[in-house]
Amino acid sequence: MTRKKKNGVFTVFYHAFVLTFAIVMIYPLLWMVLSSFKPTNTIFATATTLLPENPTLANYTHGWQGISNTGFAVFFKNTLLVCIINTFGTTISCILVGYSFARLKYKLRNFLFAIVLLTMMLPGEILMIPQYLWYNNLGWINTYLPLTVPGFFAVSGFFVYQIKTFIEKIPHELDDAARIDGCTYYGILIRIILPLIKPAITTVVIFSFLNTWNNYMGALLYLRKTEKYTVSLALKLFCDPISQSDYGAMFAMSTLSLLPIFFIFITMQRYMTQGIATSGLKS
Amino acid sequence: MKKKKTTFRSWLCKEHVAGYILAAPFIIGFLAFIIAPMSVSLYFSFCDYNILSPEKWVGLKNYIKLLSDPKLINSLKVTFKYAFFSVPLKLTFSLLVALLLLRNTKAAPFYRAVYYVPSIMGASVAVSVLWRQVFTTNGLFNQVTGFNFAWLAHTQTAIWVLILLSVWQFGSSMLIFSSALKQIPQEFYEAAKVDGAGKISSFFRITLPLLSSTIFFNLIMQSINGLLVFVQGQIITAGKPMDSTKFYVLYMYEQAFKFNNAGYASAMGWIMVLLIISFTAFLFITKKLWVYEGGY
Repeated sequence: MTRKKKNGVFTVFYHAFVLTFAIVMIYPLLWMVLSSFKPTNTIFATATTLLPENPTLANYTHGWQGISNTGFAVFFKNTLLVCIINTFGTTISCILVGYSFARLKYKLRNFLFAIVLLTMMLPGEILMIPQYLWYNNLGWINTYLPLTVPGFFAVSGFFVYQIKTFIEKIPHELDDAARIDGCTYYGILIRIILPLIKPAITTVVIFSFLNTWNNYMGALLYLRKTEKYTVSLALKLFCDPISQSDYGAMFAMSTLSLLPIFFIFITMQRYMTQGIATSGLKS
Repeated sequence: MKKKKTTFRSWLCKEHVAGYILAAPFIIGFLAFIIAPMSVSLYFSFCDYNILSPEKWVGLKNYIKLLSDPKLINSLKVTFKYAFFSVPLKLTFSLLVALLLLRNTKAAPFYRAVYYVPSIMGASVAVSVLWRQVFTTNGLFNQVTGFNFAWLAHTQTAIWVLILLSVWQFGSSMLIFSSALKQIPQEFYEAAKVDGAGKISSFFRITLPLLSSTIFFNLIMQSINGLLVFVQGQIITAGKPMDSTKFYVLYMYEQAFKFNNAGYASAMGWIMVLLIISFTAFLFITKKLWVYEGGY
């Protein structure tokens, strides 16, 4: 009896602690979202109260005007375009390469896969200058090409790895049966493997989309004209202390830029947590 | 004619041919978007080059200049300080939280999701912008805690604001630890309990050894990311105050695009590649000493 009671007290204490901690964790984000509905001159004066007293959408209408005569509608459209193209290319190419590494036997396979693993240790920051110089030589500066074309060539090692390990879990007998029925290796990929790896594909689509959505460095390096900016680059310039002291509009546009991420997280949470857990995928 | 076509088709369907064809995107991509840029930058690292006018071969000049550049030495110090504190703090923290959420309650997935939110948002510009506002003098942090201190304006504290931002995004490491913890067979703990082991000693003798390869993997990936910190530093502090947050990549970026020394920046990039290779190699050498690789 006492033991049970002691356990009960512990459970209450545990939940109180974990919940408080969770609130502390997301408090800054909540503060940002709710502050975006406060009149801009009251944000810091009322920073300790979360809920806005007189909710207003003024920050949104004002912020939506954007920078240098270019509205956020343009930036969102640009970002969406880059995201869709890049995600499409990344997904298709990673499926092809992942399947090749998982199922087909050829001389250089293990060597190529080792290179994939190596590229996972070369994050974009280290390739920043080399890739800039290279794309500059190709004349790709101020176009979306550096942000979209590499995606079509399976340069994201994590995604290739993810697809490959997922395919390896599918029983080989399915392939063998299809071979006997005269199916080619390409046919096996399309008819047998593709329908079975939908969860892995979903994970790749989600993370590729999110990474592209958040890609600030690429936009900073390659996009020069305001009307070509993506949301992340526009947001940075919009929020620079020199150009802006309208904190309300700043928070409003920040909130909008996080909205797609949040929406994807809410609807696709299962795939995301699984994707992370299985391959250590990091955004 | 018809016969030739069918043989071509059957050639296409051979296993190794199909293998190379399907792997072709990666082979081409690796050559065109990794090897080619790296070669170009290797060449430019031996040149005076400002992107706008043609390069001039100067041999080892950039590399020699690197050794005596006080700003570069400073950026290395700052970067290592950042990685040295943020990575272990983040890993410890994510492991503790993963352990905390191991209790099989119905709410655990919910908590895990909430803790993961900062990670998923963390890479965005919005969060960096927000972080700046949280730690300004009249920002959220000071108003809630009662401090009155400009955290981002002092050389001693600015870097800690960035370290805190990194630790705040512990969610994805936490998820990796959570799934690794779930794979440890429960029988091990039961057997240890029968043998009279307490919770603490079974943590150090069962949990930690069996997690060591996960920790190792996380340590490598997080350290590389820590050494290459750029976006947060560029947005939140821009290297200020007094270069106390001028991270290596940030300095490299400035050399290339602010001071137009693309040759020098290329040399800096290659030094960082060498540093990362030697750091990873060092970790792999010490691996035998602390990573348990036996099966269970």
